[in-house]
Amino acid sequence: MGFELVPSEAGKFRFIGELCVFHAEQLKPRLLSMLKEGDALELDLAGVQEVDTAGLQLLLMLKREAAERDVSLTLVNHSEELLNVIGLLNLSQAFGDPLVLPAEPVSEVPHGSR
Amino acid sequence: MDQDDLLDTFLAESVDMLEQMERLLLELEEDAGDPEQLSALFRCVHTIKGSAGLFGFDHVVEFAHAVENVLDRLRDGLIEFDTTLSGLLFQCRDHIATLIDLDAADIGADICKIGNGIILQLAPYQGEDDEENAGSANAGDEQAAPAAGKETDSWHISVRFSPDVLRHGMEPLSFIRYLGKLGELAYVCTITEHLPPAREFDPEACYLGFEIDLQAATSKAAIEEVFEFVREDCELRILAPDARLAEYIDLIQNLPEEDYKLGEMLIASGALTRAELEEGLNAQALLAGDDAVPKARIGEVLVESGAVSPDVVNAALSKQKQTRDARAQANQYVRVQADKLDNLINLVGELVIASAAANLTAQRNGDTQTREAIAAVSNLVEEIRDGSLELRMVPIGETFQRFKRVVRDASQELGKDIRLEISGADAELDKTMVERIADPLTHMVRNAVDHGIEAAEVRTAAGKPVEGTVHLDAYHEAGSIVIEVKDDGGGLNRDKILAKALERGVIQSAEGLTAQETYQLIFEPGFSTAEQVTNLSGRGVGMDVVRRNIEALRGSVEVESEFGQGTVMRIRLPLTLAIIDGFLTGIGESRYVVPLESVVECVELTPAQRAESRQRSFVNLRGEVLPFIRLRDYFGLAGEAGRRENIVVVRHGPHKAGLIVDSLLGEYQTVIKPLGKLFSNLGAISGSTILGSGEVALILDVPALTQRAAEQEARTAKA
Repeated sequence: MGFELVPSEAGKFRFIGELCVFHAEQLKPRLLSMLKEGDALELDLAGVQEVDTAGLQLLLMLKREAAERDVSLTLVNHSEELLNVIGLLNLSQAFGDPLVLPAEPVSEVPHGSR
Repeated sequence: MDQDDLLDTFLAESVDMLEQMERLLLELEEDAGDPEQLSALFRCVHTIKGSAGLFGFDHVVEFAHAVENVLDRLRDGLIEFDTTLSGLLFQCRDHIATLIDLDAADIGADICKIGNGIILQLAPYQGEDDEENAGSANAGDEQAAPAAGKETDSWHISVRFSPDVLRHGMEPLSFIRYLGKLGELAYVCTITEHLPPAREFDPEACYLGFEIDLQAATSKAAIEEVFEFVREDCELRILAPDARLAEYIDLIQNLPEEDYKLGEMLIASGALTRAELEEGLNAQALLAGDDAVPKARIGEVLVESGAVSPDVVNAALSKQKQTRDARAQANQYVRVQADKLDNLINLVGELVIASAAANLTAQRNGDTQTREAIAAVSNLVEEIRDGSLELRMVPIGETFQRFKRVVRDASQELGKDIRLEISGADAELDKTMVERIADPLTHMVRNAVDHGIEAAEVRTAAGKPVEGTVHLDAYHEAGSIVIEVKDDGGGLNRDKILAKALERGVIQSAEGLTAQETYQLIFEPGFSTAEQVTNLSGRGVGMDVVRRNIEALRGSVEVESEFGQGTVMRIRLPLTLAIIDGFLTGIGESRYVVPLESVVECVELTPAQRAESRQRSFVNLRGEVLPFIRLRDYFGLAGEAGRRENIVVVRHGPHKAGLIVDSLLGEYQTVIKPLGKLFSNLGAISGSTILGSGEVALILDVPALTQRAAEQEARTAKA
């Protein structure tokens, strides 16, 4: 099982598969290349089946790199897996300012959920 | 390292832990209350629980937790170690073993029932203040006591993972999840500021750190244990719930991040109030005698935080760690995959052959210098060969240890009082041999306990001590290892064996059978002398299988017994299956290798002896009767012997025999190449090898040949 990053429509991508260390080496260039596709992007994360520390770091890195390049990148439709981890680690804020991420669904997840 | 490898490591480690646990329990039965061993026992279960937790084996964790509680109380001297409890703990150990073997999904109602049964039995040993039934603060744990005047009663844990932690196959998230099992994760703050820009970002490095508030009635040690597997790969700081403000300030200053940023985090988590933080940082700076403006002070603090080594803060922690490391070093091993080792041994085998070929060529047409160089290489090759074979050698002691349990269980079941004595545990043999000998040996030990040792009344009547003894011994003898199972029981009843053998049709007539031959009958298929079929043995399916297994390892088994005094079963096995030192002999053009370990001496036959050997099947060797086999005749080789013949005297166990060959060609290192299936029934040949010249030489099966010679001689002696 690997991962796929597929464009769904203009400026929109969907991630499907495992966001974890086993594919980290391939994930980095693939995710970064996505940033070249426009300056207002949306990444649909409903298909994330597994996520670990490496995966989270990649998302964080991507977010920052996007800001650096003046690309607005919105993460949407986080899968349950991903929400759990973000909730556990209290990362909802780290993932973005409200301007980029309006009505972040993650904020509904209570802190410190186990 | 991927998940499967990790899982394998976990499984291997668990097996080790379970073995250790069994050994400790047995030792504790002898010497109850030894605090060292009680804590070792606790650590075993604790380690299993810990690693099972990392893999999410909740079924194991849950059960192990109950056991661990009891062991913890045992360790603290709150309960006594007695036979009932030890029996129960044995059951626990077995149940953990079962649980580890199974996937959570495969655990049926029956296994759950066993587990619950054990837990119920453990209940009386569980403490009143167990964390499960005590929602309130744990009275026994002073560290969990609520801190006076503080707004928080949680543990504060700071952890920074090293960049390599992911590459080492560890997943920081699982540690945090596991931490959550100790109590409630009140607040987790992820430190993301070490994430480098995309260009420098290594996707397989870990850049995250965590500040965690944990609400739990637990101990510092328990939290440390959670991180035990990443001890090397993380910086861990734990503050107790009642930690003083100064300790928090200390923590803030010693962490790599900026002071105020961390301070903010602690405020967010509720560990500190803003006023406390300001006050603390200022006070700290003032104490240091700094009278600069406040802004500069923060700068000073920053410099200082960079300078202070985390080691100072962690002095206590690392001291604990040192003692742990010292213990680990005592028996340090490197785990190597068996197939890698086999591969190496195969290569060494080829190297030995190649070196022999080089040697031969050098002898034939090399100058002195070449010959010297080759000789040096040969010596090294020999050392490499010995060294690599030694890698496969393990002491048999570990195998012996497990019989303590077998004897204990079996004697309890039978209501006999039996002690197991072990000696020669250091004797080494090939790992595959150890593995394959375990089953036959188990059977023999059970037999000794079941059939060998008599019931207590019988023993008293015979004037023996009530406590029976089974003795396991191992020693090296003439290139093989001998394993003895000795009991001081009733011995074999020769008449009974004969009667049974006749009844079962194993033999047609008892005539002319020596005592030795009679005893060997117990290894015949379908033979059992037990009058009562017990739970343990006596179904008559055992001893023939035992013999088959041993023979498959090129070994042999023999029985010695004295009626009323006891029985000795002796297994004789070759040390290794791969390479031997051989003695090369020639008959005509053919070459044969005799394993050097079994060669006693080589003698040239005198003309008188040659004449003698034509008429009889033995020769007179310095007054000793030596049965022999003339290999030329035995193998049906064409041609006549030359002017000289030599006799190679070989020995297997107590038997000696002579092998008559034409020429003696000297020592030769030999890699055994197994013969194909087609030749598996060939009596006198145990394998083949390739000589340096490319010729094939056959390796003689000394045990079979000596036996043949002895039989031949006995027959002619009778006739």
